[in-house]
Amino acid sequence: MREKLMYVLLAGSGALLVWNLSRMLLYLPDEAAQGAIYRIIFFHVPGAFTFSLAVFSALVSSVLYLITRRLPYDTFAASATEIGLAFGAVNLVTGMIWARIIWGIWWAWDPRLTSMLISWLMYAGYLMLRRAIDEPTQRARNAAVLNIFTFPGVIITYKAIDWWRTQHPGPVLSFRSGGGRMDPAMEATLYWNFLALLLLAAALLMVRMRQETTRRELDALRREAHAL
Amino acid sequence: MKIVRQVFTVAAKDLRSEIRTKDTLNASLSFALVILLLFSFAFDPTAEQTREISGGLLWLVFAFAGALILNRSFSRELPNDCLEALIASPVPGSALFLGKTIANVLLLLTLELVCFPVFGIFYNVPWTEQFWPLMLVVVLATWGLTVVGTMFSALTVNLRLRELMLPTLVYPIMIPGLLGAIQLTSALVMGHPIDADLTQWLKLLAGFDIIYTALATMLVDTVLVG
Repeated sequence: MREKLMYVLLAGSGALLVWNLSRMLLYLPDEAAQGAIYRIIFFHVPGAFTFSLAVFSALVSSVLYLITRRLPYDTFAASATEIGLAFGAVNLVTGMIWARIIWGIWWAWDPRLTSMLISWLMYAGYLMLRRAIDEPTQRARNAAVLNIFTFPGVIITYKAIDWWRTQHPGPVLSFRSGGGRMDPAMEATLYWNFLALLLLAAALLMVRMRQETTRRELDALRREAHAL
Repeated sequence: MKIVRQVFTVAAKDLRSEIRTKDTLNASLSFALVILLLFSFAFDPTAEQTREISGGLLWLVFAFAGALILNRSFSRELPNDCLEALIASPVPGSALFLGKTIANVLLLLTLELVCFPVFGIFYNVPWTEQFWPLMLVVVLATWGLTVVGTMFSALTVNLRLRELMLPTLVYPIMIPGLLGAIQLTSALVMGHPIDADLTQWLKLLAGFDIIYTALATMLVDTVLVG
């Protein structure tokens, strides 16, 4: 059943990506000021959304772990963080390519870019911490606490374009800017691509969760064999 | 008021054992001085330029040397299972944590108070024009950085590669506090009084202190006891 759902999610994401790509490349025109390179926004922004959503769900499940002490919550938090990091990397890399074309430089130390990089590094640190602890309950506990300390960075990243005057463009999506900053057809494509990435993230999450569960079972068997 | 007494008992214990051996203080102080020396090779600025970047230089030194102090904070309890004994004692985890934080803050403040005049002399920087506001910033920033650092010292105490993990994990989280401290220190060393612009940074620093002190005291029992 789970396996089937995973394949359905993957297929849905793939089909949606093909459809979105055809919209982006064949239907939507070049943007007036930026030309063809603006299309990167269809992956840049959904990548950031998927990253935020993944690490937010990791935060929720870390808190749930601390309350209930059930290990599956820890597994979920670790898997969601790993997948969040992948999509965070998509966001950073596409942003840098865009910056190279539009600004002429790969990187600017502005609050939005810097806070995103810091958040990404902090979640990489979370995975490093997990590797350094062998005992499962201690690992789960310390990782959950670290996750709570890390999340404020994501909030700062999200609000950075409101709080500071950044080199990074200000809000363009209608739910933050009040509308009129982006063509509705383009904005719709952006949301559809967010859905495609989200389905892909969900499928990857299921793969990762299954690996982790299998690993725990193997560990248990190994301990049992050791006891005999 | 029992908890206040417990906090000070733990802080006094840490300080007493530090004063008797002076291990951490000597090591971190000489480390700080060596980095201050190294900076003179990294660039060759005029006195005015040095004043402009003084905040960044000093707080990097304090963060590096502070990591040495923080690393030792919990790991010094590992021999003879002292940490287990402390956790089993009737002192609550939060009191243990706050006591250790206070001891670390005092050690780091000592280090900073030595570094400021040394920096002033070697780099020819008059830094005392706004002395008391500067001290306020130093105390606030040191508290914030130490609270986060002590929490992470507890979090990483049982790890392999502890000395490496603590700075890797803690510096990114310290960044908002460090940023405030750097901006304020540079401005105050240059002799600017605290105006509306600097008050914003002061607020950031105070907010950082409050949020992380609350979070850490709340979560430290989970980390120490389980």
